[in-house]
Amino acid sequence: MVGQLTVNERKLAFLILILIAVVGLAMAITGADKLFVVHGLIIFLSALGTIFLVISGYFLPPPDIENAKHYYDDPTRAGIIIAMVWAVFAMFIGDWVAWLLAFPEMTFDAAWASFGRLRPVHTTGIIFGFGGNALIATSFHVVQRTSRARMPDNLSPWVVIFGYNLFCLLAVSGYFIGITQSKEYAEPEWYADIWLVIIWVTYFILYLRVLARRKEPHIYVANWYYMAFILVVAILHIVNNLAIPISLMHAKSYSAFSGVQDAMTQWWYGHNAVAFFLTAGFLGMLYYFLPKQAGRPIYSYRMSIVGFWGITFFYMWAGSHHLHYTALPTWVQTLGMTFSAMLLIPSWIAAGNALMTLNGAWHKVRDDATLRFMMVAAVFYGLSTFEGSFMAIRPVNALSHYTDWTIGHVHAGALGWVALITFGAIYALVPWLWKQKRMYSPKLVEVHFWLALSGTLIYVFSMWNSGIIQGLMWRTYNESGTLAYSFVQSMVEMHPYYIARAIGGLFFLIGAIVGCYNIWMTVRSARMLAGAPEFETPDLGIASAQEIKAGEQA
Amino acid sequence: MNFEHEMLVGFAKSYGLFYLLALSLLVLVYTYWPSNKKPFDRAARSIIDDEDRPWE
Ligand code: HEM
Ligand code: HEM
Repeated sequence: MVGQLTVNERKLAFLILILIAVVGLAMAITGADKLFVVHGLIIFLSALGTIFLVISGYFLPPPDIENAKHYYDDPTRAGIIIAMVWAVFAMFIGDWVAWLLAFPEMTFDAAWASFGRLRPVHTTGIIFGFGGNALIATSFHVVQRTSRARMPDNLSPWVVIFGYNLFCLLAVSGYFIGITQSKEYAEPEWYADIWLVIIWVTYFILYLRVLARRKEPHIYVANWYYMAFILVVAILHIVNNLAIPISLMHAKSYSAFSGVQDAMTQWWYGHNAVAFFLTAGFLGMLYYFLPKQAGRPIYSYRMSIVGFWGITFFYMWAGSHHLHYTALPTWVQTLGMTFSAMLLIPSWIAAGNALMTLNGAWHKVRDDATLRFMMVAAVFYGLSTFEGSFMAIRPVNALSHYTDWTIGHVHAGALGWVALITFGAIYALVPWLWKQKRMYSPKLVEVHFWLALSGTLIYVFSMWNSGIIQGLMWRTYNESGTLAYSFVQSMVEMHPYYIARAIGGLFFLIGAIVGCYNIWMTVRSARMLAGAPEFETPDLGIASAQEIKAGEQA
Repeated sequence: MNFEHEMLVGFAKSYGLFYLLALSLLVLVYTYWPSNKKPFDRAARSIIDDEDRPWE
């Protein structure tokens, strides 16, 4: 890894890490509260560990000049593996939380094991740890390939991956010990937020630099989606996290917003996190990996562009549907509702475009579980966006809000769309990157697919059921005009569904573990082959291209 | 404060509508401009056989 850096880059890496270590140490020494000290130590130790890594490779011979003639894929490889580690960790916590809702006594009286702390560990770990690393890794791959240009330098991608994961680590460790600024999906405190801004700007500039070096004049549409993801997440993150720390030595800060403005800013952020983190970036993935794996160009390139502008401009206005029937002015709620309904159009354009691309290649979908992951992801994307537009209608939201219906919607999107498209992309990418003909075991990909699909269906159906029952019980009145059911009665009703959901989640988790094993074995067999002296790899990544027949695509 | 609020609402309700309409129109014209079809088709195909190394 360090062997790939030029001597100057090694020096620079060393300097950057020393700087981080010093900041961490300063936080640990001056910290006025214990929590801040712990985070200082985590920063210090992460930097120190990486310094040792750099030193261990410092005196390796400088990299081959020939390298410049190849894409730089080591950061992508690392990113994929890190993403899978986060996936297993955060899904494990997710399933734990799921069991906790069925058996609330399972907290062993420990603060760190309480629902309120474990839940954000799940959401942050899965969205940012798993999703974020997968997006970063695949974006590095896609932008280089579609620009036909190598990374401008070897250090920046590592800065992004190291820095981003340090942020995730600070976030997740913070929740366990009780650090949060209580904004959903933006829980980390001010210093972690500032750190993420630095890393994110580095990421954006790196992306632009690759594009600036491109040899292919047209910027392929997947890059637009990835860029929207990077740029908008930067804006959202900065605005929503504007806050004043109580001192430079405390973990705690207070938001710059208050009252209904705070709520609106938070859900402008929250919904656009769905839009640009959980949707736009993954659409970038879809628009590259699906045509590639199917060996067929996207059905309508024009529609992908129309869809892009639709999504970027409509989503911005939809956030207020999270605040129906609140102190927010009604017209703002109506605006959010209207834009949410309009959002169905670009959403279905994307889902339809993906499925039409596969029209005529269904035999491939049948035989290739990797492609099937992507196909089912597109279906769930269509489904969850339809559901979302429906739930955004105020009277419907009166029923769904506060209930498990929302959780069902979230996981139809998160499991069915985000996780499945990611697994599909990873199964496509791993053999290409490690120069193998296929995954170690296509059978295990198949096993993962069915575990994931059945897990998703069990999860989503149980939450739909429990959500609607909950919603109806809460609004049923008796003859005297008072509520027919107590809250506790509705909870007793939920119990069987919570158990079902936890079992569905367990299937999904086991699937991810099977995936890790399969990826690991693929990497291992690649290593073993590479050890053999006359190892020559043919360019296998493009094998599927030869299968397009003339006339298949107008 | 009230004045600002009213102004913002008025602005959003008038200007907002027209700028979104104009934007949609622009996007549609750009994507359906006949001479853009060729580069788009080429772009769509270009990823299918991207080679294994950057162009010189
Ligand atoms: C093994 C699979 C999973 C299980 C068992 C699981 C379980 C859970 C549970 C129990 C909750 C809390 C629900 C509540 O408060 O009532 C939750 C929330 C959440 N999960 Fe998962 N989850 C899984 C996978 C995922 C994935 C892959 C993602 C995203 C890519 C995700 C994103 C979320 C989000 C965003 C929330 C918060 C929802 C809200 O506040 O409305 N989960 N999950
Ligand atoms: C057209 C697209 C979509 C629309 C209009 C939409 C709309 C909605 C609505 C109305 C809610 C409930 C708000 C409430 O009652 O509090 C919601 C919640 C949520 N949706 Fe969607 N949705 C869409 C697509 C998606 C997708 C594709 C995903 C995920 C991958 C997703 C993830 C979420 C999450 C995480 C929440 C829970 C937020 C929270 O309360 O913590 N949505 N969405």
